[in-house]
Amino acid sequence: MRATLRIVSILYAGAIYAFIFLPVVVLVLFSLQATSFPIPPFTGPSLRWYGAVLADARLTSALVNSLVVAVLSSLAATVLGFLAAWGFARFHLPGSAFLRGLITLPLTVSYLIIGMGLLVMFNWAGVPKSLLAAGIGHVVINLPLCFAIIYSQMGDHQVNIERAARDLGAGEGTVLVLITVPVMAPALFAAFFLSMTFSWDEFVIAFLLTRFDTTLPVEIWNLLRSGLNPKTNAVGSLVFAFSIAMVLLFELVAFRRRRA
Amino acid sequence: MAAVGKDGRIIPWALVTPALAFTLVFFVLPFVAMVAVSLTTVQGGGPTFDGYAQFFQNPSYRQALVNSLQVTAIVTAVSILLAYPFAWILAEMVPPQWQRLALMLAVLPFWTSYVVRSYSWLLVLSQNGVVNQALTGSGLLAEPLPMANTRFATVTGFVHFFVMLLTLTIFANLKQLSPSYRKAAADLGAGPIRTFLYVILPLTLPGIMVGAFLTFVLAIGDYITPQILGGNNELLMPQLIMMQIGRRGDFPLASSLAIILMVVVTIAYLACARWLKIERA
Repeated sequence: MRATLRIVSILYAGAIYAFIFLPVVVLVLFSLQATSFPIPPFTGPSLRWYGAVLADARLTSALVNSLVVAVLSSLAATVLGFLAAWGFARFHLPGSAFLRGLITLPLTVSYLIIGMGLLVMFNWAGVPKSLLAAGIGHVVINLPLCFAIIYSQMGDHQVNIERAARDLGAGEGTVLVLITVPVMAPALFAAFFLSMTFSWDEFVIAFLLTRFDTTLPVEIWNLLRSGLNPKTNAVGSLVFAFSIAMVLLFELVAFRRRRA
Repeated sequence: MAAVGKDGRIIPWALVTPALAFTLVFFVLPFVAMVAVSLTTVQGGGPTFDGYAQFFQNPSYRQALVNSLQVTAIVTAVSILLAYPFAWILAEMVPPQWQRLALMLAVLPFWTSYVVRSYSWLLVLSQNGVVNQALTGSGLLAEPLPMANTRFATVTGFVHFFVMLLTLTIFANLKQLSPSYRKAAADLGAGPIRTFLYVILPLTLPGIMVGAFLTFVLAIGDYITPQILGGNNELLMPQLIMMQIGRRGDFPLASSLAIILMVVVTIAYLACARWLKIERA
């Protein structure tokens, strides 16, 4: 009985792992294809298509755009979320529960609808499509997340540290910069990092709100119109490698913090 | 906890106002604008329920909602059925020191870009793709199966994503259960199967419902997976909405359809609300 369960478990887990990894393995393997179609038989390995990606100015500029949008929108979302979380956690405000609910409301609405709403409004107000518009959209989706993460980490022991600082004569600004931000650093970092990954991968809002200058997911989408192409495999593999590097970096920083 | 000094009333509002103002201007206002636009027509004029009427009168529009609901229901059910045993194996059969690694591996493809993940499945399922070549090459099939641009491809792409997501949530759920439940069941004479059916499964049910709701909401609003993998053979709601914006520039109809989709999600939320609350208690 026990042995049968073991064997069935191993087979089942193996099958699920195979299913989960199948597309990724195919993606990376055929990014090394030497010929023009990313289908069997495998003709590589060759770095030909990675060269093609790096030589493609549209892709490299989209990559830079994506990074800029991700960093700036996450920074904005983290700062706005932190200030609001601090305000709500430390002070009694009338209607606090309702207002906190309002800030987290966008979490319940799909990206498509958020993007459409902004498109309709910008269209009506005569605001042209741009990376800035897409960045605003990314702040909309990430602000509730940042707020929720940081607000949930504002515990009572931090209140006591802040109170001690005030007793010793520190003004609100000094408390904020010298006490609250350092104490909250792990939550701020987690919020910023999560925002980065969501913005970096976001498609539909950027698709609706940008035109010529656009982000990497949208540019990859444009590549798909040419059908199956090893160049798409190559850029996809690069994005994958970049994301894995970010996750490892996060794990490393979080791990070091835990030990420190 | 009250503020210090005479500026005590100003500082708290100064802290929360930027986030509130941002949410009002870039979330609430766009939503109001979308509702207003949904009550007009491309030719202008209104207010009219023309966009909503079009949805109810046009059978192909209604079919898109039916397709969306069917695909989402299939995806939710299949994903849970695949992910639950997998999460259970990770939580129960894998030695504790390897569990973190096993789990990290199980969600690694999560970190590929969303667009790229769907494209990868297109590679796997295409006419000359890996699966078809393996099947025809080994003589199992004479002709390649048409798998790309079908509902099967859309469901496969979705299930791939949600198996990873649900494995995470169900694994966390299983690990939260105290081992004393299992010991108590064993003391009372239950075997492993009865323990699972009468103790473990009911205790993880609220967590499963939360995962099911999350799957439903994320899948029904997604445009990328059905567009890349399903193609235009069969339209789902998000595809229909994007088509109104892209090809026809029909914002009123697109807004009406988006609001109908939101209403459907809200109904699903209300249906699950009972379960979502139990989880929190």
